[in-house]
Amino acid sequence: MNPFTYERASDASAAIELAKGNAAARYLGGGTNLVDLMRETVERPDMLVDVTGLPRGIEPRADGGLLIGAAATNTALAADSHVRRHYPLLARAILAGASAQIRNMATVGGNILQRTRCRYFYDNAAACNKRQPGAGCDARDGFNRYHAILGASPACVATHPSDMCVALAALDATVHLDGPTGPRSIALAELHRLPGDRPDIETELKPGELITAVELPPLPFARRSTYRKVRDRASYAFALVSVAAALDIDDGGVVRNVRLALGGVAHKPWRASAAEAALKGRPANAESFRAAAEAELAAATGLRDNAFKIELAKRTIVAVLGELTGDDA
Amino acid sequence: MSMQSESANTRPGRWQPAVTQDPMLHKHGALGQPVSRIDGPLKVQGKARFAAEFPYDGLCYAALAFSTIARGRITALDTTAAEAAPGVVLVMTHRNAPRMKAPSLMMSSPTAAGASDLPVMQDDEIHWNGQPIAVVLAETQEQADHAASLVRADYAPLPAVTSFDEAKKSPRQLDNLLGQPPVVEIGDAEAALKAAAVQVDQIYRTPRHNHNAIELHAATVAWTGDELRVHDASQLLDLTAGQLADIFGLESDKVRVSSPFVGGGFGGKCLWDHQILACAAARLAGRPVRIMLSREGVFRIVGGRTLTEQRVALGASADGNLDALIHTGIAAMTTHNSCPEQFTFPARHLYAAKSIRLAQEVADMDMLANTFMRAPGESVGTFALECAIDELADKLGLDPIELRRRIEPETDPTSGKPFSSRHLIDAYEKGAERFGWDRRSPTPRQRRDGEWLIGMGCATATYPYHRFPGGAARIRLTAGGQVTVSTAVHDMGMGTATAQAQHIAARLGVPLNQVSFEYGDTTLPRGVIAGGSTQTASIGGAVIAATEVFVEELLKLAGNDSPLAGLSLAEVETRDGGIGHRDDAARFESYESILRRSGRDELVCEADAPPPAEMEAFSMHSYGAQFCEVRVSEITGEVRVSRFLGSFDAGRILNAKTATSQFKGGIIMGIGLALTEETNFDPRSGRIVNASLADYHVPVQMDVPAIEILYTDIPDPQAPMGARGIGEIGITGVGAAVANAVYNATGKRIRDLPITLDKLM
Ligand SMILES: Cc1cc2nc3c(=O)[nH]c(=O)nc-3n(C[C@H](O)[C@H](O)[C@H](O)COP(=O)(O)OP(=O)(O)OC[C@H]3O[C@@H](n4cnc5c(N)ncnc54)[C@H](O)[C@@H]3O)c2cc1C
Repeated sequence: MNPFTYERASDASAAIELAKGNAAARYLGGGTNLVDLMRETVERPDMLVDVTGLPRGIEPRADGGLLIGAAATNTALAADSHVRRHYPLLARAILAGASAQIRNMATVGGNILQRTRCRYFYDNAAACNKRQPGAGCDARDGFNRYHAILGASPACVATHPSDMCVALAALDATVHLDGPTGPRSIALAELHRLPGDRPDIETELKPGELITAVELPPLPFARRSTYRKVRDRASYAFALVSVAAALDIDDGGVVRNVRLALGGVAHKPWRASAAEAALKGRPANAESFRAAAEAELAAATGLRDNAFKIELAKRTIVAVLGELTGDDA
Repeated sequence: MSMQSESANTRPGRWQPAVTQDPMLHKHGALGQPVSRIDGPLKVQGKARFAAEFPYDGLCYAALAFSTIARGRITALDTTAAEAAPGVVLVMTHRNAPRMKAPSLMMSSPTAAGASDLPVMQDDEIHWNGQPIAVVLAETQEQADHAASLVRADYAPLPAVTSFDEAKKSPRQLDNLLGQPPVVEIGDAEAALKAAAVQVDQIYRTPRHNHNAIELHAATVAWTGDELRVHDASQLLDLTAGQLADIFGLESDKVRVSSPFVGGGFGGKCLWDHQILACAAARLAGRPVRIMLSREGVFRIVGGRTLTEQRVALGASADGNLDALIHTGIAAMTTHNSCPEQFTFPARHLYAAKSIRLAQEVADMDMLANTFMRAPGESVGTFALECAIDELADKLGLDPIELRRRIEPETDPTSGKPFSSRHLIDAYEKGAERFGWDRRSPTPRQRRDGEWLIGMGCATATYPYHRFPGGAARIRLTAGGQVTVSTAVHDMGMGTATAQAQHIAARLGVPLNQVSFEYGDTTLPRGVIAGGSTQTASIGGAVIAATEVFVEELLKLAGNDSPLAGLSLAEVETRDGGIGHRDDAARFESYESILRRSGRDELVCEADAPPPAEMEAFSMHSYGAQFCEVRVSEITGEVRVSRFLGSFDAGRILNAKTATSQFKGGIIMGIGLALTEETNFDPRSGRIVNASLADYHVPVQMDVPAIEILYTDIPDPQAPMGARGIGEIGITGVGAAVANAVYNATGKRIRDLPITLDKLM
């Protein structure tokens, strides 16, 4: 770990002021990802601005939505009664991630901006375009079981590892930002980028910009929603594939509305728009689900170790939608 | 120090291995009781001091920099930034390291403890990806870590063999397999296989595994002149001291190594580069040094279990007798070490077959030395063999337990020796009844719960009995009747100290609270290594010998005024805090009384264990039957172990609680071997890619169901206390029990570990 200075910000403007103009400053949430990366010297900030003192409230909005402070812990968000009742997929997604201890430390802002778990990104001895633009990518022909099957580029096949973000993508969450050029908002689905030829640029955040809050619009049918994560051990492992879904079926058994997002498959939380489009107005049955899954994964490509994830993603989509169709969903 | 000669060894009343039995074979008392660990309270209070917790004035902290190529030379090594970093005391590289002799390979001499015989930081040569190239000492650990990250190296790489597929094209014959012949042939097994009515012939693969004990490898070392003090995390105390003395050119009594508490060993806590480098750097700096490897550091410089590719071919008659048993294969190794993962060992002793062929080769690679990891050989060897037996049972239409009943041998199938004690079929029957084996359908895919297919499997567990020669024990009795037994052995969490206290209480006939067991320090009488599940029996042998001397000394001291007057060792026993005639309750005198009357305030006796003649005369092994139930998702291929039962025949059980924990621990590690553990060794670079606990998957709580343990508790008449070792057998057979259960659930045979979901989709 490199030497750095540490400052605690009392509010957003103080944080922005502290970090302003310093490309080597980083905001510090729970530190569960950033500090690890600093230990590996992958991240070498010269200043940490602790933003855990920022608002951490979880407040229902008049319109039925929810405003979540960036410093809310993952544990608090998953335990929130409003979340559990109105957005069960979000609570389940968070609880499927990491461990209780890590979730107690991790913040909503940090979870969104956590970096890929690609081991070649973590190992300074390996070639990684994300860590060192132009260096090459050892993952493409290396161990890439956890890597992308959608939206990858020759430069980078890494995935975004968050579970929480998959649920947020399905919920059409908005991320509120503040920064040197003032506050703005961006859809979560637009926040993370595909790697293209600049995998080192992972989000649309501008230098010094801070996440202050996440807002969930109301989505009544999300009461019938869930999250399923498929992984290499029963707990404490990143997703090979995960599916967040909410389903709205009319009395005739036809899909009125649906939200579907995938984790573990791409450089960003993957909103499955093609599948959603294929489902709307179709009968809620296994055939439609399978057809929708096929549509979403039509463009998927496999690497040495991860081609199985294409079929796994399809099957998991079908299973999750099937579960939401059942009476006990 | 030895107090016995060969003739003394045959005096009446003495234990003569292979000829007489340990007199306390059937004596119980404190033995067998579920006594809680005596070190438990210290540990939960944080008062048990581990290797990285010993304070020293002027202590500095070490961090290592590792090579990033597999083979070649260092052409430039820039340490200026590291040297200039805050708090740095010095940077040691091959340029300024003290000259040291290379370690010698373990078992090549009585003091050899090297996992590899490569010189340590003596030249610019790189032999594996991850080799230490620099040691930084600094005032704090953080400063050392930071400075180590500033060391820059350039290399001239040489062609390296880092792909197993390449390496196995030029296999190497071994001249021995841990002292056993690498090839065993009885009859013409290939011909018998061809002619057999029913055949199974398959290749099984097991991956590399790395050690991940919770306590990271660590040592605190200090020089005083030419005396070296090492606080180590070790399962190899005396060998470590001897090897360090050899490396640094010291008299062996100048090195003291202690290791009272170890946070898990499993074969990994031996002598690796870090202790040697810490000693060298401490000498260079003239200050005490603490080194604690990072988790990545453990992956880089502590070896693990190597990968294997095994062929098992079985030829059987229609009634389920084996005409041919073939177990051959190859494992990755290096030219600088000697751990070939002896996977053909189980097949030497388990089943009767008319013809047998066993052969093992190695494929040399440029990589870190392999090492022992819980049941090296047997853990992965039983995976292949026991899956093949299950496949054969299936082809024969026989229940797999019934097949094992038919191929149960009368004597050891390869050595022809009699078994000292073998109750494998008992273990199967007890286990099967308790597990509800009769509910298993012989046809796969018959049970399900929603998307989850449910299946059951079983497999044989086996591990050899060994008693290492060379151990000694000292008994000290004080006037208050307190007994202390001392020997330089180890407790890495297995419960050695607890079980030995029970053993001593029972052997000397004193209450448990009057017994102390001293261990973990090379100033004590020489101990054996804690490896190969040998320690318990080896200590037993030494304590028996010391007890004999102790009783004879007390009989002498008792003299003619004692009720014991005129009695010899063969006529007496220890009981009720003293010595008594075996058949005459009235003839008794307490230890305290004997000491008091002879005007002594203490008695100290020491003796060496008699040589392990029982191992020459008998085929001695522990056995077990592992039963597993799995649930496999038909959608995702995820496997969950839902029930597990291990039924063991491991001789007498000395402590029901610590033994059960040992068996369970082995089974949990076996679940990891079956389902999750795999080192990702990048064949392009020879570098381990998943060098962290986030990426190297050991089973977590939710992967482990409730595990039930049964044991026969039948004393082995040839073993001290009747006890065979139990530390490793728990992991054996688990891989196959899981794989066989997966087959029963899904109809799919997975012959390639770990059984990840993609293989079942
Ligand atoms: C062993 C392990 C297993 C894990 N398993 C899972 C898993 O299964 N699923 C999963 O989803 N996650 C998993 N995680 C990741 C975990 O969810 C993240 O580490 C955590 O959510 C990050 O939150 P944090 O507050 O600690 O972020 P930090 O580590 O503090 O920060 C992460 C990044 O976000 C930036 N940042 C933090 N707050 C803000 C802000 N308000 N505005 C702008 N930038 C900010 C930091 O500068 C940094 O770049 C695992 C982590 C570990 C260590």
